[in-house]
Formats: sequence, C-alpha cells, structure tokens
Amino acid sequence: MAEPMKIRATLEGDVANIKVLMNHAMETGQRKDAKTGKVIPAHFIQTVAATLNGKTVLEAQWSQAVSKNPFLGFKVKGAKSGDKVNVSWIDNTGDKNSADATVS
Amino acid sequence: MNSKRRSFLKTAGTASSVAIAAAAGLIKPTEVLAVEWNKDAFAAKGVPDAMKAVGAAGAADSKDILIKAPDIAENGAVVPIEVTSKVAGTHSIMLMVEKNASPLTANFDLTNGAEGYVSTRIKMGQTSNVRAVVKAGGKFYTATKEVKVTIGGCGG
Repeated sequence: MAEPMKIRATLEGDVANIKVLMNHAMETGQRKDAKTGKVIPAHFIQTVAATLNGKTVLEAQWSQAVSKNPFLGFKVKGAKSGDKVNVSWIDNTGDKNSADATVS
Repeated sequence: MNSKRRSFLKTAGTASSVAIAAAAGLIKPTEVLAVEWNKDAFAAKGVPDAMKAVGAAGAADSKDILIKAPDIAENGAVVPIEVTSKVAGTHSIMLMVEKNASPLTANFDLTNGAEGYVSTRIKMGQTSNVRAVVKAGGKFYTATKEVKVTIGGCGG
C-alpha cells in the first residue's frame, strides 16, 4: 500500500490554490542497484486526476522524469470555501492512492 | 412474423450476455482515470518526435507562456518548474526536457475552471532547454527556458 499523500487547498479570492505532495519512488528504470549491479525496474506514477466537488479539473500523464516524491500545484477558478478537492494517482504497476482536502 | 420473433430473441440474448459479462467484470466500466497514458509520446526520442506524437508539430512560439525555473539547478534530480499560460482557452500544458532521453515529461489537461498554471518538480540529466507546450482552442503554442544543471538526476 502506498504511503499517504499531503494535500492542501487554500482560497485566494475565488481561486483555489491546490498543492499536493505524493510519496513515490519514481524509479526511472535507468538506475542500477549499487550492490547487485542490476537495473532497478521502472516504477513511477503514470496518471493523476483531480476533482473539485466531483468535477474533473485536472488530468495529468507523467513520465519517469517527474521527481521522486512528486509535487503538484494547480489553481482552480470559481472555487469557494468548503469545496471538496480529491487528487488520485495510478502508477505503472497498478498501485494507486488518493487524498481529499477541503478548500479553506 | 415467426422470423421477426426469432431475430428478437437473438438480439435479446446478445444484450443480456453483454450485461452478464459487464457484471462479471469482463467488460470494465470506464475507469476513474479516463485519459490513456500516451505510450508513444512518452517513449519518443528527441523533441521533434515527441512534438509529433502529441500532435504539436509546428507549434507557434508564444510570449504568453511563462516558464519559471531556476537558471542554475544544482541538483538535476529535483528541478522546480512552474508554467503559467496566459493563452486564452488553455486546455493542456505539456512539459518537455529537450536533452532528456525521452523529452516528454508531463501532460496536464485542465478543465472546469482550472487555470492555465501548473507547478511541479522534474528530473534533468544535463543542462537543457525546458519546453512548455500549450494547447488552446485546438492550436499549439510553445516557449522554452534554459536550465543549467550541475549534477544530473537521471542515471547514477
């Protein structure tokens, strides 16, 4: 099971500023294990989806070149205090995780 | 009359078997994430191929795309990148690192009030241009910014 992720949604005027910190190794498949000399298989988040009150606001596809423990920031106009934000991801092994936040 | 009845039974039979297959999980209902991971685009080597794979060949240079990134990144494994698109109707923002083995790093589709803005952190193997590609109203726009990398962050 994937580690929990951190999510924060702050309201600036009528724009929700959403910041997400995910816990993921984001292995490129290019690195070698220092001890065995074997290539560490690629393991990375491929798709990310975000919703505001159940409506999709962001859909992302990522490669291995997104940094370890990925950070994602985005802004949604027309948000108000109390709106619900959900962010979820799926990696190339089918592992998934999601987190919720309330705009405040 | 009889033949009509036959064909009705046939159709009904097919329809119900589809329902059974769906119930049994043989046919998956639409996944939570509707967007497919574009394997060809992410595997593309070099910017021209990557641009072609995402349909952005011939994208126009635009001053309305602002890339905020460090001029010098000490650690190529974590390079903060912020893209703000002032292009009206921005629907997608893509990030490419021109000298990475596979340039296309990320694609963000923005809908339902999401602004033309994304912020993330990426890996860079060496000093390179970072290219942002914006899709707006079916057209593509692009801008670049050079980031000097002291220690690469892809191999090791």
